[in-house]
Amino acid sequence: MANKKYSFVLVALISVLLGLLAGAIIMLVSGYNPINGYAALWEGAFGDLYFTGETLRRITPLILAGLAVGFAFRTGLFNIGVEGQVIVGWLAAIWAGTAFELPTLIHLPFAILVAALAGAFWGFIPGLLKAKLHVHEVIVTIMLNYTALYIANHVIRTLLTDGKDSTPYVAESASLRTEWLTNLTQFSSMHLGIIIAVFGAFVMWFLLERTTQGYELRSVGFNQHASKYAGMKVDRKIILSMVISGAFAGVAGAMEGLGTFQHMYVMSGFTNIGFDGIAVALLGGNAGLGIVFAAGLFGTLKAGALNMPLEAGVPSELVDIVIALIIFFVAGSYMIRWILSRFQKEGK
Amino acid sequence: MGFFDILQSIIPAAIFFAAPLIFTALGGVLSERSGVINIGLEGLMVMGAFVGVVFNLTFVDVFGPELTPWVSIFVAAIVSALFATFHAVASITLRADQVVSGVAINFLALGIGLFLVKQWYGKGQTDMVSAPFYRESIWLLSDIPVIGPLLFSKTYWTSWLAVLAAVLVWYMLYKTPFGLRLRSVGEHPMAADTNGINVNKMRYIAVIMSGFLGGLGGAVFALTISLDFSHATISGQGFMALAAMIFGKWHPMGALGAALFFGLAQSLSVVSGGIPLLKEIPQVYLLIAPYVLTILALAGFIGRAESPKALGKPYEKGSR
Repeated sequence: MANKKYSFVLVALISVLLGLLAGAIIMLVSGYNPINGYAALWEGAFGDLYFTGETLRRITPLILAGLAVGFAFRTGLFNIGVEGQVIVGWLAAIWAGTAFELPTLIHLPFAILVAALAGAFWGFIPGLLKAKLHVHEVIVTIMLNYTALYIANHVIRTLLTDGKDSTPYVAESASLRTEWLTNLTQFSSMHLGIIIAVFGAFVMWFLLERTTQGYELRSVGFNQHASKYAGMKVDRKIILSMVISGAFAGVAGAMEGLGTFQHMYVMSGFTNIGFDGIAVALLGGNAGLGIVFAAGLFGTLKAGALNMPLEAGVPSELVDIVIALIIFFVAGSYMIRWILSRFQKEGK
Repeated sequence: MGFFDILQSIIPAAIFFAAPLIFTALGGVLSERSGVINIGLEGLMVMGAFVGVVFNLTFVDVFGPELTPWVSIFVAAIVSALFATFHAVASITLRADQVVSGVAINFLALGIGLFLVKQWYGKGQTDMVSAPFYRESIWLLSDIPVIGPLLFSKTYWTSWLAVLAAVLVWYMLYKTPFGLRLRSVGEHPMAADTNGINVNKMRYIAVIMSGFLGGLGGAVFALTISLDFSHATISGQGFMALAAMIFGKWHPMGALGAALFFGLAQSLSVVSGGIPLLKEIPQVYLLIAPYVLTILALAGFIGRAESPKALGKPYEKGSR
């Protein structure tokens, strides 16, 4: 087992290197200087404290979205609905953050909890339908993404405001931003959410690896029938897994609502946080620590990419290609594993 | 406004919105019937839309306004078919997790499309195409009373091509030896192999055909609805097609019906402003109606959808 883990990490690292290499080749072929391109990317991600703050801010929701996708994956469920759960979480956090006046110590946890509950509820629906009526969770979560988007826009226009396209800002007592972090990172939009996100990864690891519930959840992921014969209530596990997954996604929404943007606006399309979460979970091997590293990598690439057109003239979309290729290499790891095993045999 | 007028504004719009979904969902049916999950439909549509628009913009002077859109969707379909071989190689030969590979296809298509648009046009979206498809009355058929004006006048040829494609795919899957083989490798690849069917070859063909149809869907969307290409051109239509495929129980005719249903629901929210009864309903209900109705339909009266037995499992010779 330890060996398997070690080999996945190796495969992931090789995939990242191959992805970056392919990105360099694409830049070269398209007439850009890859060294300048990657230097600009690095500069844009960690060049000074402002950029570092922005990068960490970008990583935060990616970790949580990755945890949401990964958690469901471990129980054998594919939650494409993280996107919708992020949106309802965001909306709920804004409601909690604007409608109440409470001391920070109560208000902030309360707002995050409300967001988690909203996301959990949005995950509960496909979980229930899957468990009781055997409706494919992929299709229900896709449908709920759109439903969440349109309902959120409607709620913003009618319930939270008087026909406006943007909500008021959350109360300071519900904000994740702090003066010292803002000052430290030269007025970036960085906030305390990164701590919550990393803690979330610990929670996922603990739940799955150190509790009976988690053992049963993973067992259902490996083999539903065997789990059923062993006396586990598979239906309940499916619902529980989707609820916890949705809660992670809801907290990711709270990071955007209470941290990055401090308000919510009428959206014409998806945030893409949920879809990026799929990539993060895949590269992270659906495990807490792996997801933190994967989100760190993708967040860094995405944040740094914004600097590439300015300093090296390279379109920032190059990074999307690199990310896609990394996932491809992870997916096609059969090839990498095969080559690795060849090397190992020769070594012996 | 009479009932017939209402129908006349809803039905053509429904078919119009459904066409790209029909093509793409059919692609999904072919791929998944052969046992290969295709989450990458979205990416295949993106590739189709991108190639369709760029080809149209570039070659409009060569082929003229009449022929250009047709050549464009054909080229887009071919390129998407080639693009789908990525998914085929990864998920069939390299035995990759098919969901992962499909997700990668989605990211890759959007990345490549936007990267090249930035490089070629120097901005985030292309210009509007000057030679899109236009509404036409279909010769002879539009003269039929009642259904003529309802279905065949002021419509797009591509919409009817989509319906025709559904019939063709159905015929191919259920009435030809090729279709039987394709379905058999998705249900029980070992039995198929024992009977001398080359499992991996069949799957390659199916995935490449799904790329062709997905590209067609994307290009038709781009040249009838969006008319340009940007990051938001294809935003979720591929997933809707995936839903239509599951909704239609992996059957070409089912997928056609589901896609038409989505089209109808979408047209209701678009044309509702002109219809007395619907005007009173807040728009949000009409917007979410297609999605909520789909969930209710799946939960309620459609019943359990059984996916092909070997879906998602790479075939290894000699394994049990």
